[in-house]
Amino acid sequence: MTIHLRMNGESCALDVDPEMPLLWAIRDVLGLTGTKYGCGQALCGACTIHIDGEAVRACVTPVRRADGRSVTTIEGLSSDGSHPLQRAWVEVATPQCGYCQPGQIMAAAALLAKKPKPTDAEIDESMCGNICRCGTYVRIRAAVKKAAGL
Amino acid sequence: MPPRSALCTAWTLALASACAPTPPPPVPPPPPAPPNALLPPSAFDSIEGAPERSRALFMEASRVLFHPRCANCHPDGDAPTQRDFERHDPPVLRGDRDRGVPGMECTSCHQDRNAELARVPGAPEWRLAPRSMAWARKSPREVCLQLKDPARNGGRTLDRVAYHTEHDALVAWAWQPGSGQTSPPPGSQAALGALVRAWVATGAECPLAQTTDGASL
Repeated sequence: MTIHLRMNGESCALDVDPEMPLLWAIRDVLGLTGTKYGCGQALCGACTIHIDGEAVRACVTPVRRADGRSVTTIEGLSSDGSHPLQRAWVEVATPQCGYCQPGQIMAAAALLAKKPKPTDAEIDESMCGNICRCGTYVRIRAAVKKAAGL
Repeated sequence: MPPRSALCTAWTLALASACAPTPPPPVPPPPPAPPNALLPPSAFDSIEGAPERSRALFMEASRVLFHPRCANCHPDGDAPTQRDFERHDPPVLRGDRDRGVPGMECTSCHQDRNAELARVPGAPEWRLAPRSMAWARKSPREVCLQLKDPARNGGRTLDRVAYHTEHDALVAWAWQPGSGQTSPPPGSQAALGALVRAWVATGAECPLAQTTDGASL
C-alpha cells in the first residue's frame, strides 16, 4: 500500500507497511532525523510531530493515519530556524543535551497555534507530557512565553 | 351474649381465613454470575414486580459500568485513570471538549485501534466522558439517575442510551482492551446491551436510595 501525504509541505509517497510507526518512516525512510525516538510508548514526547496541525506522537502513530494528510516535523516548522519558538529557544538557551527539544518545540507550536497567549498553567498543562531528563522545564516555559510575546 | 348473626360472621371469617391458600414464598433472586460473565435478562424473569426486576437488571449492568475499562474515562475530575484506576501516564487533562488540551490531545497518543507493541489502547473517537457523566466514586443509584437525565447524558433518550451501549465503538473497546490493560469487564457488549434494553423495557427503574443503616428508602 502506498501512503500519500505532504511532508513539510512537499508531496510524498511512501511504499511501506501501513502499520509502520510514522517515526520509522520519518527517520529511516525519509531521512528526517530531527524527530527523536525516546520511549516508543507515547510516554515521553520526544517524537512529537504534527498531523494537520495536531500534535501526535509519531512512535505510536501508524503511517496509515497520515495518508492524505499534512505532516510537519521540526525540519518543517520553518525553513531557516526562524519560527518564533526556535528563535526564543536560542535566545533563552533552553536546551541542555537537546535530545527532547524537537518534541518540546513541536508540542509548544501546537499549543501556541490554538492558544497564542497561554497562561503559565496552560503551558504546564500542554507541556507536562514532554519529558526532559536534563530538567530544563523552567527555561522551556520561559521560551514559550517569550515566543508568545508574554 | 352476642347476637346470633355476629357469631355466624365471626365463624365464617375464621373458617375462610383457615382455608385460604397460602401465598407462594418469594422467588429468590438469581444466583450471581461468574466474575467474567453477565447474567442474561431472562435470569431475572423470576422477579415478579417490574420495578424490582428493572432495578436488578440495572445492578447487573452496573458491573460493567463500574469496571475500570469503563470508569477510567468517566472520572469525577479532569484527569482520567488507567489500568486499575492508576494515575494516567503521561499526566493529561480533559480540556474544553473532553479530548485533551492543545499539544496533548487524547488522540496525540491514542489511535483508532490498540497499538499492541507500544501497549497504548486505542479506539475511534477516544475521549473522556463529560463531567456530567462522572461515574468514579458514585453509587449505582447516582449513575442510574445520570444515565436517565438528558441534561447530563448528552441529550439521549433511553432508547439512545441503550443503542450507545449496544453499538458504540468506544464501549466495544472495553472487551478488546489490548495487551496493556489488565482485564476486560464481565460479559460482552451484546450482553450489556441486552441488559440495558431490558432495563429500559421494565421502566428504567433506579436502585433505591439507602439510609445510613443500609435500609432502602
